[in-house]
Amino acid sequence: MRWLRRNLIGIIAILVLVYLFIPIAVVIALSFNNPSGKFNTSWNEFSLDAWKNICGVPGVCSSFVTSIQIGLVSTLIATLLGSMIAFGLVRYRFRGRGTTNLLIFLPMATPEVVMGASLLALFLNLRFPLGMGTVMVAHIMFIISFVVVTVKARLQGMDPRLEEAARDLYASPRATFRYVTFPLVLPGIIGAALLGFSLSFDDFIISFFNAGTLVTFPIFIWGAAQRGIPVQVNALATLVFVVALLIVLGAQFVGNRRRKALEAPVPEPILVDRLSRS
Amino acid sequence: MVAVVPTSAAAQPASVMAQRRGRTGYLLLFPGMAWLAVFFAIPFVTLFLTSLQKPIPGKPGKYTSGLQFSNYADALVEYWPQFLRSFVYAGIATLLALVIAYPLAYFIAFRAGRWRGLMLVLVIAPSFASFLLRTYAWKTILADEGVITSTLNSLHLLPDGRILNTGIAVVAGLTYNFLPFMILPLYAALERVDPRLIEAAGDLYASPQTAFRKVTWPLSMPGVVAGTLLTFIPAAGDYINAELLGSTKDRMIGNVIQTNFIEFRDYPTASALSIVLMAAILVLVFTYIRRAGTEDLV
Amino acid sequence: MADGSRPVEDLHLRNLSKKFGDVAAVDDLTLTIPAGSFFALLGASGCGKTTTLRMVAGLEDPTGGTISIGDKDITGLRAFERPVNTVFQSYALFPHLDIFENVAFGLRRRKVKDVSAQVEQMLALVELGPMARRKPAQLSGGQQQRVAVARALINRPDVLLLDEPLGALDLKLRRQMQIELKRIQVEVGTTFVHVTHDQEEAMTMADTVAVMNSGRIEQLGHPADIYELPRTVFVANFLGQSNLIQGAPAGHSGDDVLVSAFGETFAVPAARSFAVGTDVIVGVRPEKMTILDLVDEHRVPEAHNRVHGRVTDVSYTGVSTQYLVMTPWDQELIVFEQNVVVGDRCEVGDEVVVHWSTQHTFGLDGSAGTSVGVDPEVLALEAAAQALIADAPES
Repeated sequence: MRWLRRNLIGIIAILVLVYLFIPIAVVIALSFNNPSGKFNTSWNEFSLDAWKNICGVPGVCSSFVTSIQIGLVSTLIATLLGSMIAFGLVRYRFRGRGTTNLLIFLPMATPEVVMGASLLALFLNLRFPLGMGTVMVAHIMFIISFVVVTVKARLQGMDPRLEEAARDLYASPRATFRYVTFPLVLPGIIGAALLGFSLSFDDFIISFFNAGTLVTFPIFIWGAAQRGIPVQVNALATLVFVVALLIVLGAQFVGNRRRKALEAPVPEPILVDRLSRS
Repeated sequence: MVAVVPTSAAAQPASVMAQRRGRTGYLLLFPGMAWLAVFFAIPFVTLFLTSLQKPIPGKPGKYTSGLQFSNYADALVEYWPQFLRSFVYAGIATLLALVIAYPLAYFIAFRAGRWRGLMLVLVIAPSFASFLLRTYAWKTILADEGVITSTLNSLHLLPDGRILNTGIAVVAGLTYNFLPFMILPLYAALERVDPRLIEAAGDLYASPQTAFRKVTWPLSMPGVVAGTLLTFIPAAGDYINAELLGSTKDRMIGNVIQTNFIEFRDYPTASALSIVLMAAILVLVFTYIRRAGTEDLV
Repeated sequence: MADGSRPVEDLHLRNLSKKFGDVAAVDDLTLTIPAGSFFALLGASGCGKTTTLRMVAGLEDPTGGTISIGDKDITGLRAFERPVNTVFQSYALFPHLDIFENVAFGLRRRKVKDVSAQVEQMLALVELGPMARRKPAQLSGGQQQRVAVARALINRPDVLLLDEPLGALDLKLRRQMQIELKRIQVEVGTTFVHVTHDQEEAMTMADTVAVMNSGRIEQLGHPADIYELPRTVFVANFLGQSNLIQGAPAGHSGDDVLVSAFGETFAVPAARSFAVGTDVIVGVRPEKMTILDLVDEHRVPEAHNRVHGRVTDVSYTGVSTQYLVMTPWDQELIVFEQNVVVGDRCEVGDEVVVHWSTQHTFGLDGSAGTSVGVDPEVLALEAAAQALIADAPES
């Protein structure tokens, strides 16, 4: 009883984590399923067919590639634009700071359906042809805010003395940026880009409004849901999940090893006698 | 007289990075902000103008610019149940998410020790699998012949005898899908709470429950505010859960906007509904932030 | 750079001021720091010492005045153009670069050839050779501190600025580093300008100390001279401890100025009195005083100043004993007595006489009261203690 009270919160925490993974387990399990009917929703028998022939259903792999293309281009542009904004916001004085902050905050507080609808309204009014271009435009728009917030936090968390130290050590403003500021902010920028890519790759609602006849991976799944999602989709999703998890766990492992190295203190040598000898 | 106590904290110089003036700042901001202005702010104007358009007689699906404010009244009269349902479902899902997320966030912040990093990875990991597929997976989990439904049925807890294609399934899906948005801000806020404060409360005669109520909970308030907003906003606008897990009786406002825009091509109605949804959410967000007293969300 | 070919030159600050809005952080400061000296700017936080340092480094633009090294005016030069380097508070080591690259940073920016020989030599000097490929976070506080010194010194600056360089170290390591820094300074002969709020640190290390208050220099000189003869109430209180008694001028007696306070008369040598007006403060350092039981009053030498009182507190600190003595006018005096005699100490409640040589007495301008320069927190603590005593129920 006492043990239970002491560990209750830990037990709940683990149960919540398990809960988070139940649907993932279902998605993965169903990638090894040989469904009895059209709909791959209940277990029938084990099969590796989908894994062996992952592009076996028309449209699956092409939509997958489309999503990756959109994700890469949108992330690249949004990361560049967003990082520039973050630098401007933190390092420069300018008029209209309130409006600027609002314009960055609002996209994160707007439901996707409203963003998708408003962009579509614009494109329709301009008679702009829908397709990969419009989807990229939309993705860049909603990724920018996340990049700004992430990079800004990194910049603000940086010790201003580091840049002063660089200036003190004969680094011109350009050299200070190149050798100190940029390398220190880079992890933040990479993090923002990874987040941006995952948002873009998984986005359905905004893409659906602005895709026209273009089929991204989520749009393919949505369309297939009516007539039964092919097992290959589960296989691809499992693949993405595993690769992403490995990347993040790898980063975690590297971080841990670095921290371990810090925990082993180095003996404090006595400086004084060395000085008197030299 | 002066005490000879060595001052431990050294004086902090006023060396906050000075902000520079000049053109470079504007040049850095311009491209990105222009993008946001053209593809976020201006679309709202077009959305608003579209919401006032009137149909061209004899040409279904074609509209001309006008000042048809009655579009709003018509849309609200027809779709107020879906509006109400969206806010109720999103509200319940947000509360459930808060209750589920808090113990986990608390555990990661205070008890996880060296497992902290791994547990955080596990919290975001589900997002790596497709949102649509995860939602679809709940169809399997909550299926009529599944373990959960039959167990609850044998206890006579389900009014309709099933979960799938009911509001319960939609709320369950919303709760699940936006849970990480609740856990992460809660964790971020709790992580900043010095555990010694909780010990100090205990030292000052507070029971664990009182210590939580008077110390931990108030200090985690910024996380609670951010988390509830980050959960509520997308949940209120979502239509994937309602579409995949609910029946036509459980449709939310997102479904209505989507079908009116894309299937019926009733652009004015869909636009009017979008504007109302956005306005409602903004009003909610700003009153909530003001009442909760945290304004540094950005 | 100060290499062998060019002699080290004096650093001159002329009418230097810095305003932040309406607040003058540094107020018309004129100061010459002799070449090759170890100079300490001592003051409480917010006194303008760090701002002064940052202006010399080029990290802050002065509102007025000039900074020059020898004849060369450097006021208009930017930080990276000045032959001045800084050891930053909490070191500001670049966390993404290893120790070697941190130390090499300045040389590389100046496109110096053969960096590694110089860096290795410098790392050897600070005994960190084996750590060259470690990241700053893997080093202890003391090691990081030495990297910061090495990183600045390798550039052979005309002036090395140290901004609270030991503030982040624990007490024991701080004492050790004080000695080491002093040795390095003697060895390289560079002018060191050291900013600190720790009076003991300033006195141990520097050959000249400037006590700063509200953007101005209160007193400047050799540490012993300032301690023995403070010229203002602020210095008397900020640098060490002082017993200060408020009084009024009462004529002369030979070479002494007489001051009367609370019915007593004190003699201050004219050369040690800096009072000008009608308010005079008589001061003496606690360790210059001797405490005697009242029955032994006949043993007080004729030429000494004396005060009667009652012992209210005795703290034995090993080397010395600290007494608090309450005067008839309800002022608590602090007295340090070396523990040279075993036993025979005064106890709480004893009626005593406290006396000291007139040669150890100093006279100060008393128009601003006796508590200028006392840490406000100490004043608050004393007030709180008084209140507690007053509120205590009678037992």
